[in-house]
Amino acid sequence: MNIHPDYEVVVGLEVHAQLKTNTKAYVSDSTEYGALPNTHISVITLGHPGTLPKVNEKTVDYAIKMGIATNCEITRHNVFARKNYFYPDLPKGYQITQDKDPICQKGYIDVKCKDADVKRIGITRIHMEEDAGKSMHLAEEIDTLVDFNRAGVPLIEIVSEPDIRNTEEAYLYLQEIRRLVVYLDVCDGNMEEGSLRCDANISVRKKGETKYNTRVEVKNMNSFRNVQRAIEYEAQRQIELIESGKQHTIIQETRNFDPNTGKTAGMRTKENLNDYRYFPEPDLTPVIISDEWLKRVESEMPALPKALFDKFTKEYKLSDYDALVLIENKEIALYFEELAQITPNYKQACNWVTTEIKGYLNEMALSLEKFSLKPTHIAELIELVQQNKVSHSIASQKIFPILVKNPEKTPEEIAKAENLLLDNDADALKSIINEVINMFPDKVKEYKAGKKGLLGMFMGEIMKKTKGKADPKTTNQILAEMLDN
Amino acid sequence: MKKYSSFSDIQSDILSQKITCETLVAYYLQNIEARNAELNVFTSVYADEAKAQAKIIDEKIKNGTQGKLAGLVVGIKDVLAYQNHPLQASSKILDGFISQFTATAVQRLLNEDAIIIGRQNCDEFAMGSSNENSTYGLTRNAQDPSRVPGGSSGASAVAIQADMCLVSLGSDTGGSVRQPASFCGVVGLKPTYSRISRYGLVAYASSFDCIGIFGNNVIDVAKTLEVIAGADDFDSTVSKNDVPNYTQEILEKAPQKYKIAYIKETLENDGLSALVKEKTLSKIKSLQEAGHTVEAVDFPLLKYLLPVYYILTTAEASSNLGRYDGVRYGYRSKNVSDLKDLYVKTRSEGFGIEVQKRIILGTFVLSASYYDAYYTKAQKMRRLVKEATDKIFENYDFIVMPTTPNIAFKIGENQTDPVQMYLEDIFTVQANVVGIPAISIPNGTDENGLSVGFQIASSHFQEEKLLKFANEISN
Repeated sequence: MNIHPDYEVVVGLEVHAQLKTNTKAYVSDSTEYGALPNTHISVITLGHPGTLPKVNEKTVDYAIKMGIATNCEITRHNVFARKNYFYPDLPKGYQITQDKDPICQKGYIDVKCKDADVKRIGITRIHMEEDAGKSMHLAEEIDTLVDFNRAGVPLIEIVSEPDIRNTEEAYLYLQEIRRLVVYLDVCDGNMEEGSLRCDANISVRKKGETKYNTRVEVKNMNSFRNVQRAIEYEAQRQIELIESGKQHTIIQETRNFDPNTGKTAGMRTKENLNDYRYFPEPDLTPVIISDEWLKRVESEMPALPKALFDKFTKEYKLSDYDALVLIENKEIALYFEELAQITPNYKQACNWVTTEIKGYLNEMALSLEKFSLKPTHIAELIELVQQNKVSHSIASQKIFPILVKNPEKTPEEIAKAENLLLDNDADALKSIINEVINMFPDKVKEYKAGKKGLLGMFMGEIMKKTKGKADPKTTNQILAEMLDN
Repeated sequence: MKKYSSFSDIQSDILSQKITCETLVAYYLQNIEARNAELNVFTSVYADEAKAQAKIIDEKIKNGTQGKLAGLVVGIKDVLAYQNHPLQASSKILDGFISQFTATAVQRLLNEDAIIIGRQNCDEFAMGSSNENSTYGLTRNAQDPSRVPGGSSGASAVAIQADMCLVSLGSDTGGSVRQPASFCGVVGLKPTYSRISRYGLVAYASSFDCIGIFGNNVIDVAKTLEVIAGADDFDSTVSKNDVPNYTQEILEKAPQKYKIAYIKETLENDGLSALVKEKTLSKIKSLQEAGHTVEAVDFPLLKYLLPVYYILTTAEASSNLGRYDGVRYGYRSKNVSDLKDLYVKTRSEGFGIEVQKRIILGTFVLSASYYDAYYTKAQKMRRLVKEATDKIFENYDFIVMPTTPNIAFKIGENQTDPVQMYLEDIFTVQANVVGIPAISIPNGTDENGLSVGFQIASSHFQEEKLLKFANEISN
């Protein structure tokens, strides 16, 4: 990111994560994605006169989990609030949310930048709220259509401190947030489908200044890349305004990001003057989180990426790079972790998972849960190579593809059936090596004259003759002995 | 058919098959037919349904499988949801709205074989003290049709007064059951906040709203309460406390001598009419003569009750009524040019003046610049009023006072002075601000037969004691 060297950009991110509960935040309607419009609704979702909300305690569990994962303090006495505004997709005329004392406060996450520095980014708050419906402005319709399936789906909003100073940090922060919600299994983390949404508060200031300048809020970025583009554009725009003496035209406003042009544009000022008239929701009693409740949620916490990274690098002695590749995907990381419990060859295990398995899944466009092989299969493959019964390349290229289709067989059975076991019988090998040596008397002379590189040529011929089954180590040894004699 | 004024008489005659539910329903329908056009009590009469239901229940009675409330004919205020029946809160903004579900309280009545005979007029969204603010027009007091019946559940009180049903369900946010009960000479109960599920009650001010009950006597009210009160999965604010057998309490327990407080400031109030004052004092005297201890207590916070009430209820109302926007159901203005226009025109045309006034007031007190000056302060004061009231109940069983400062006023009389109209609620709002139960019972009439009411309040969830005492001193 190239910004004016005298300036720094100050960014705080607000991430909305749609929670993966089966039912809505304040009513038992289904939250399933992709259903026909207005099929997951009820009088309560639609806010018919006389209806009342009821808290889905799962949303509270999920919010607490995210709070624990981001080192937050958990608020015990939780009051809900109403945020009042008019919009056709908001059935009650208010959104049930939290205002003062959100359920999680004062946390942080650490991200690892390219220059290897660890950057701590503060989490101001995480609060629970409900989603609105979806307004659809279809080309063939004059009217705007509204789908209320999404209305009332639970969200948590994760608000960061203005600690982010560049697009790399923004990217790493979002990546970590996404990783956490996925590891916690509270949100599917899909930005394109809108289950993870991000708004950015952006301002710039001269380096060395301690005061924040007026910030603008940018909305409508549906990918990490677009968040970065919006930050770049906004920083540039604001710096240019300051440099040209028009700082006063930077006003606190909401701006829309246009992914086609990469630019942001201000909305009409009227829309910025909303007074949401927050007040405590009188239809819900406060949710009190007891010690027992908190303990239960703590006991349900899964392993988190940071802990796995530390384990992989410290206990399994993997490189930072390998560990990062593994934790990038929760399923992969957990698969590896399971594998690491049954094989001591961590590096081999890592290679199998990140190369063969990931490659296969990518090629077949499969998710790990649909993958036929259990970690025990892979452990057996590793063991087979380790025992010198097959070479790694045979295991990887011949046995693995068959095993995937026949997971009921063991790798060794396949190796036997396909006649792939390495030939370790020295006598049998010797006769084959002898044959090959006799085929190339000229080369033997050259070798004896000092052209030791020819060893590879002989090896290649032997492998051809044995269809790769000759154990390379033993062969190499015998070949060298026989040539040197 | 003779006029019944108690449910126990009806039940004994029904069970001995002197009368049937069918004849009973026909009787009430006849009374409705006779005076509804003049008094404007029922906005819908479910005549065919009620008759059909009566037949079914008569059959059950023959088989001995009838519910507890077989023979109880009930009218419901137009703020209670009843599946497949219109629900408009007497507002144009809900034009044509049919409820798709039934309120918990109404469902519990139906489960016990009560018969719903119709939907009753009221002040729009339960906002008013005279039943003059209704898209269906005003309701008249049956004692003197030139006078109001009180409000907002005015018609629900008149329905009892004019013998159009035996029990009515109304709602009480600041006195909307007790004040009309007082004006119409019937019994009106507002139970403890959260005693009855609010699911299916059109919200006015959620932290004040209570379903209330009208009847000819305390026992009918008690019997209805024990059926409709109690925990409900659809209302997370409802109390999970067990519901006592109130009727048994009243009928079987021996009378007691109580310690009773009356608030000095209520009887010294400038707005209190001489007649009501005199009736109240003579009631107090008769209580003392009956051996109860009745003492004056100070309650200097009385003057803050109405401001607290109007700030908090309008704040909640401004939010609760946000859903009526013309988008999904009810009235929608024609000829709108854009979304904002749709909201402005729909709400300006759909809501009456009183409702608009309260929405604007509530929006103001919640706005960022005034929130602390009004809403926060009023919440603090609400807490202080609660504490001061609880303190009285540390030493006394009941607080008694007039239900209203005056008898029923003339139609139109208070329309020009909203503050005078709001003062109608001065004695009733305390129970809603604090959340305690309170009941209005008749306390005589003036020389023209116009009723005066007497109000008794007890501590939270003391309905057993309250109803028992109210019953004793009614007789």
